[in-house]
Amino acid sequence: MDLSFTEREMEFRDEIRKFLSSNIPPSASKRVSMGFAIDPVDVLEWQRILHAKGWGASSWPKEYGGTGWSTTEQHIFEEECANANAPLQPPFGLKMVAPVIMAFGNQHQKNHYLPKIIQGQDWWCQGYSEPGSGSDLASLKTQAKRVGQHYIVNGQKTWTTLAQHANMIFCLVRTNTEVRQQEGISFLLIDMKSPGVSVRPIIMLDGEHEINEVWFDNVEVPVENLVGEENKGWTYAKYLLGHERTNIAQIGKSKRELNRLIRLAKLQRGPNGRLIDDQRFRDQIACLEIELNALEITNLRVISSQDKKGVGPQASLLKIKGAEIQQQLTELQMQILGPYSAAHLKEALTLDWVVPSGLSSYPDFAPALSGAYFNYRKTTIYGGSNEIQRNIISKMMLDL
Amino acid sequence: MNFEYSEIQVSLQDSLEKYYSKNYTFEKRQSYASQTTGFSDEAWKHYAEMGLLALTFPEQYGGLIDSPAPPDLAAETSGSSGKTTSLTGANTVNTAITGEENMWVMEFLGKSLCLEPYLSTVVMAGQALLHYGNEHQKSTLIPKISGGELKIALAHQEPDSRYETHHISTLATPIELSLNEKKQWRVNGKKCMVLNANSADQIIVSVRTAGAVSDQGGISLFLIPSNANGLSMANYKTHDGNRASDVEFKDVIVSEDDLISVQGNGFRVLGDILGWANAALCAEAVGIMSKICDLTLEYLKTRKQFGVPIGKFQALQHRMADMIISTEQARSMAILAVKAQSETDFVKRQREISASKAYICRAGREVGQEAIQLHGGMGVTNEMSVAHYFKRLTLITQTFGDFNYHIAKVSDYLLVDV
Repeated sequence: MDLSFTEREMEFRDEIRKFLSSNIPPSASKRVSMGFAIDPVDVLEWQRILHAKGWGASSWPKEYGGTGWSTTEQHIFEEECANANAPLQPPFGLKMVAPVIMAFGNQHQKNHYLPKIIQGQDWWCQGYSEPGSGSDLASLKTQAKRVGQHYIVNGQKTWTTLAQHANMIFCLVRTNTEVRQQEGISFLLIDMKSPGVSVRPIIMLDGEHEINEVWFDNVEVPVENLVGEENKGWTYAKYLLGHERTNIAQIGKSKRELNRLIRLAKLQRGPNGRLIDDQRFRDQIACLEIELNALEITNLRVISSQDKKGVGPQASLLKIKGAEIQQQLTELQMQILGPYSAAHLKEALTLDWVVPSGLSSYPDFAPALSGAYFNYRKTTIYGGSNEIQRNIISKMMLDL
Repeated sequence: MNFEYSEIQVSLQDSLEKYYSKNYTFEKRQSYASQTTGFSDEAWKHYAEMGLLALTFPEQYGGLIDSPAPPDLAAETSGSSGKTTSLTGANTVNTAITGEENMWVMEFLGKSLCLEPYLSTVVMAGQALLHYGNEHQKSTLIPKISGGELKIALAHQEPDSRYETHHISTLATPIELSLNEKKQWRVNGKKCMVLNANSADQIIVSVRTAGAVSDQGGISLFLIPSNANGLSMANYKTHDGNRASDVEFKDVIVSEDDLISVQGNGFRVLGDILGWANAALCAEAVGIMSKICDLTLEYLKTRKQFGVPIGKFQALQHRMADMIISTEQARSMAILAVKAQSETDFVKRQREISASKAYICRAGREVGQEAIQLHGGMGVTNEMSVAHYFKRLTLITQTFGDFNYHIAKVSDYLLVDV
């Protein structure tokens, strides 16, 4: 056993930390630290800053302009970015469609799409789920009919995260209805500006617009937008699931939020003093903290063995626990507010909000906390619900 | 980073497990548990022959570690905050090695449900002597421990102390002596739940040489022969087949030669002893939990109801998946406990160990209870080995600090401004 980062890795961490400390636009990091909605301007600007530094794609090999970092280095980078409140690098392009294009796309697709992802020009979204196909994804019905040099796409995708900002969508579509479900699915890249594509917002329970329905009404998609072979899309989608997994547990973000929770509990006062001095509340933090301690080490165990063995069903473990911890963090952060947790100040969720004089006792850190609790119920549902993850463990690890 | 055992450790663990699965069968184990000592002398000899008892000691004391002995932990400067400032590099390496060796051994002992007093003698007494003993104690006693010729028990709990190591009413009162004579004390008091006392040659006892009943200062540790005049024991079985005793001291005479570390440093030494012990218990628990998962999975695949193996039912599959997750997470925390042993700050070191133990108490409870439930009626009989793994696992969660005790340590550390 060697339970410490190497000296080289520690230097690497310092280098990342130093860069982040002086290169994240302050307004962008403020938005992240306040828990406000993602600002597409922040996201694209941050991607360009990272790209200029050569760090645009931490998980890509060097031949495509990536960093070529080891999984441990990627982990360190992601942890430091989270800790520094760096804006999100949306995973849909960098970590989802890009690996598929690299593995199964043709040279033209690689040359065309990958640079636009790393340079922050394209914003991708994911067209997988449909109203009738959630956990049973392979039953999807969105149809792509080959007509000459085009596919004509008809159908509806749903839960499409941040589609309102996206200009590209990668879709699983049905190209054959005669065969076993999994064998009639293709992987198609679609320009969101194509005639017939429409995006309708779905408002989540926190009142915010994060997800969407995407409708396809006789959308013409050039055949060169097919990735790999027709009817092999399911294989590519599964490849993705087993691919980028260093950040599935969101350890860095949860560590940041735990520190925030502790900080706020030391700040918040009641009739009996600071909230952190309330043993009942403090013990709940401690219980959550040890869960995160355990998951952090499990995550490092998976990462450090990944180069040797690849990631298998351990990813499901990381997802289940990571999602539960994120939820519990938002729950305790909401509880920090006590009675004020009920207040829903939608207008306060922006940087330029000025506290009205009559509301001066409302804590400035409060606006997003309760909404986050409601919003984060999603974590155990998306990306394969925690129940689906348990099915995967039963099948792949336990052979049940 | 590398979180796996070395090739040598893996192959030793594997071959021991194979050997013990044939030669330390569940039936034999149950017969050892019913002997007076509660374990097998033959197996203890075998541990010694295999070198297991020598793994964590330096060569100069008959051990197998070929690095210099660690510096005396008692010599560390300890400020008012309890933080250490001078734990040297050499010692850091050493505690890392011993922690890791103890982890794989305890994991093996857990998987095989072994009864022998490795924890009492090698982990607690052995490490205490190595890190806090004087040169005479180290050179005379450690070789005997390594050779399987000496067993030592730790008597530190009292009927009203629960898990608090500094709540001590057992008193050592100085004996009036003429000049130039060595200091002597008369020990009076009662210790309870002393593991393996009935088979121990010597006993380490925590006593109060100064201070009030719950002071952290004024505690000293003495090593006393178990047949000393005035020492008496009431022995009993524990639910997992082990042995424990309540030990009473009536005017037992001890001298300064019997001190472990210096007079009054007992709180610190006990903190470390129980840190090593809890780390070892975490590893043993992980061994047990992984065995319990294997047994339960096998049962799910073989037991049929409604015409199919019960493992086909999703209600049971998900519970099995959760057992696997808890076991993996528990393993991570057992690794944290290994890492913690080379943490130089005493308070932080204690926090990390308590975090590990708290986690293992909770995960062990979940995994153990679920295993019994998934075994159905068979799980609640004394015939199935899973029931005995469950009992041992449960007692681990009640030994040297339960969940509430350890989570309080983690919780209170949140008040420390790091």
